[in-house]
Amino acid sequence: MVDRIADIWGPRAPHGRGTVWPARVDQYLEDGLTDADVDRWVQSACLLCSNGCGCDIAVKDGRMVGVRGRATDVVNHGRLGPKGLYGSTPWARSPDRLTRPLIREYGRLVETDWDTALGRIVETSRRLLADRGPLSHGFYTSGQLFIEEYYTLAVIGKAGIGTPHMDGNTRLCTATAATAFKESFGADGQPGSYTDIEHCDAIFLYGHNMAETQTVLWARILDRTRAADPPVIVCVDPRRTPVAIEAERTGGVHLAARVGTNLALMNGLTRELFVNGWVDDQWVAAHTLGVDDLRTVVDPYTPDEVARICGVEPDDVRRAARIFGTSATVLSTVLQGFYQSHQATASAVAVHNLHLLRGLIGRPGSGVLQMNGQPTAQNNRECGADGDLPGFRNWDNEAHVHELARLWNVDPLVIPHWAPPTHAMQIMSYAEEGSIGFLWISATNPAVSMPESARIRRILSGDQCFVIVQDLFLTETAQLADVVLPAAGWGEKTGTFTNVNRTVHLSDKAVEAPSEARSDLDIFLAYAQAMDFRDADGRTLIRWRTAEEAFDAWREATRGRPVDYTGLSYTKLRGPTGIPWPVNEAAPQGTDRLYTDAVFPTATDHCETYGHDLLTGAAVTEQEHRALRPDGRAFLKGAAWTPPHEQTSDDYPLLYTTGRTVYQFHTRTKTGRSRPLHDAAPDAWVEISPIDASPLGVTEGDLVRVESPRGAIEVRARIGNVMAGAVFAPFHYGAWDLTGVAPQGQHRQANELTMTVWDPVSKQPYFKTAACRVVKLRDGDRPAPAPTTAASAPVTRGVPATAGGAPTTATPVATPHYPNDPAGTDDVGDR
Amino acid sequence: MHLTTYLALAHRGEQTLADSFRTVGQGHAQHPDVLFICQTLAAMSDNHVHQLTPIVDRYGEQGHGDDIEEPERLHTDGLAEVRSGPVGLLRDLQDLHVLGTLVQTTWTVITQAAQGLRDRDLIAMAQQANSDTSRQLSWLNTRMKAAAPQALILSQR
Repeated sequence: MVDRIADIWGPRAPHGRGTVWPARVDQYLEDGLTDADVDRWVQSACLLCSNGCGCDIAVKDGRMVGVRGRATDVVNHGRLGPKGLYGSTPWARSPDRLTRPLIREYGRLVETDWDTALGRIVETSRRLLADRGPLSHGFYTSGQLFIEEYYTLAVIGKAGIGTPHMDGNTRLCTATAATAFKESFGADGQPGSYTDIEHCDAIFLYGHNMAETQTVLWARILDRTRAADPPVIVCVDPRRTPVAIEAERTGGVHLAARVGTNLALMNGLTRELFVNGWVDDQWVAAHTLGVDDLRTVVDPYTPDEVARICGVEPDDVRRAARIFGTSATVLSTVLQGFYQSHQATASAVAVHNLHLLRGLIGRPGSGVLQMNGQPTAQNNRECGADGDLPGFRNWDNEAHVHELARLWNVDPLVIPHWAPPTHAMQIMSYAEEGSIGFLWISATNPAVSMPESARIRRILSGDQCFVIVQDLFLTETAQLADVVLPAAGWGEKTGTFTNVNRTVHLSDKAVEAPSEARSDLDIFLAYAQAMDFRDADGRTLIRWRTAEEAFDAWREATRGRPVDYTGLSYTKLRGPTGIPWPVNEAAPQGTDRLYTDAVFPTATDHCETYGHDLLTGAAVTEQEHRALRPDGRAFLKGAAWTPPHEQTSDDYPLLYTTGRTVYQFHTRTKTGRSRPLHDAAPDAWVEISPIDASPLGVTEGDLVRVESPRGAIEVRARIGNVMAGAVFAPFHYGAWDLTGVAPQGQHRQANELTMTVWDPVSKQPYFKTAACRVVKLRDGDRPAPAPTTAASAPVTRGVPATAGGAPTTATPVATPHYPNDPAGTDDVGDR
Repeated sequence: MHLTTYLALAHRGEQTLADSFRTVGQGHAQHPDVLFICQTLAAMSDNHVHQLTPIVDRYGEQGHGDDIEEPERLHTDGLAEVRSGPVGLLRDLQDLHVLGTLVQTTWTVITQAAQGLRDRDLIAMAQQANSDTSRQLSWLNTRMKAAAPQALILSQR
């Protein structure tokens, strides 16, 4: 029996390089239930981090009562993490589930029926379309829906209404990953695979506290680093995370670059490759464009200059670069420390540059994993419910638009390609000025998750824009809406989704949704039907009714594109494991890694974008792109480091950065309703280094006020392992679970302080670069509510260790054959 | 030599462009991308002004004296203040584009002359400045395309 609150990563299974990661089945059943109590197990995959672990849902008496990992799944080999184990099911029967639609009457939300709620939506929608046209409509969705839902929403928005104002909360988490791929390789698509972990000599984690954000993937790495022939870890992070500690343990480097200086560090590492002759000139000449410009851009970033800008040791820069430059195989992973920080796209692209300069891509052990926040986020990028066109098509390419127009049988001019897609922050600006008068928010909580929360609340609560919110609960955002629609969640509906690793899973419906809640797919279809969207021949535009029919329609949209689903079906996905795309006639079992032939989707007629100036976001034109004749070669692109937009001052002397904790997910809609997860991190806190805390007289658990020019939070202080000069606040905590305290709970919401500013290329908001000051309010009577088990560990002695998860099982099983696994199954058994 | 006239035009044009980028950025600060990118692009023009100094010292810069060759109509007027609202932003970006185009053609002309004079320093400087001006113009174009439909169709102002 394992307490997975105390033991986040579970038991170790060290194994040698090039061997298959051993299988083990992790399982949790609520209320002390045993296998014998379970009526049936229903196939699915976990949603509570981007890893996307294959799992089965336990059903008893029509309720979801637990989960177990699928040993045969290529993603997780049977394992699950604490969030997945404890958080997957309790939310579903939470008494505060939304079960009936709500509409605003005389300023208050009141219960109503579906016909009334939909009637009000349709009436407003039609009136605005008639009076002001499609640009009056905006859709802000999630990274939490399924393929079938995203694609249906995309067709509604792009072929039914014809608005460019569609985006998802993926803008806040994975937009930079997608953009970086497009800039370097011509199209979105994860080049690497989790199987690279078994074959690499070094792993670089850039702004990626994987130990907390993807615990199962980190367990996979630990099972290599704790073996006799471990890879070397290099960690770029302002906090001393478990990743940083592992870097030190394996003889690697922890580079704690000052917040806002990632690109300077990356330029320094890149320069070291050039000056030390670690560039594979022949490969670079054959497969890339732009090496001379890149060399010029990075030339000023000597180790000493990097040290000056980033506050790291020059020798640490040299050591890290040497590890990258001399290891035979390198795996790189990237997350929010880069994506939500200053010069996000340029920094993420710089990771690609390092791999391209050495030709370390497309073979086992050498890959890039630009991570996501959710295992469903990728699908928004694929299906086009965000700013992209479905199937990684290029909105600036008339031929691609015509393909979609033929597929949907609509006038190409209906499809919004006459302006760049409108990103989330711009959608909010249009809603603020009222030129978007109809905003439909599905499965996301911008009142907590978007920067400068006070502004977002003002926009959503104003009369200038009609707001629809579709969710599981009456979230902070739903409370501001004009119409609230109750949605079915995971396990209450059927659909597919794709994780970071391109692996597609099917999640079957296990139980009925409560009362009148409907699946997001059914809600979108009901709106489409009521609006009576027609194609060019007057036929109904959206003719699918079931999830499987929607999937089949989506599959057709991927034909001939890099994101090729044509070989997939529901039947095939009900097999032993998820399957990574592309899946087609050439690769019926899917594809473990991309670009094995070093041919990239950059050809002008094929690519998803013509690219951008990384410094300004200025678009490259088709003519300019064609003149470069990329023809399958990858782009090496660089940019100079510029200081962050808000710097410290006498008034605001500290840098402010936000982030995550292992026990919570997003705004805690699900994890906060799990007792073990809630108790492990029940309330907000802020982390301060001992060096900064001491002159303020702040000790562990004291109540402090953290202020930026935009807002403030009042939370307890954890004296912890954040670098001196910076404070860290978890962004998960809003107000939905507070009673009788400050209205709206702004006193603990990390985004009260953040700036409205975004990356010029990916348009991802920067949550990690602001200036702040800390004021002590009063002495504490107990430690901060921060976990002790990972990056938030206290430096103060005597803080009780975080523990107390209900018992789970972790059962080693025979390691099966995994399709596409380059390690094969030879001589690897049950270790 | 008329080159000095064009060096003066480039000098003043870049200064005006830098100032105008800053004015537009500050004036439309509610659009953070406009604010911050305009600052970045202003810095490019500042840099050109700075780099021109030793070249102007060598050739001499044509001033506003009696022997002025620069026709009045080549004066570059900047944006001293901004317009308001979405259409105002669009118009201000367009004005910057017009100004940037004047600066860019000035660099084109200077590049040609510099080649004739075999002045390698000036060739390098003018080509770099020309390329930077292209980046400025590309951003303006990109931002105008993004803003145009909403501003022209739905803006109340």
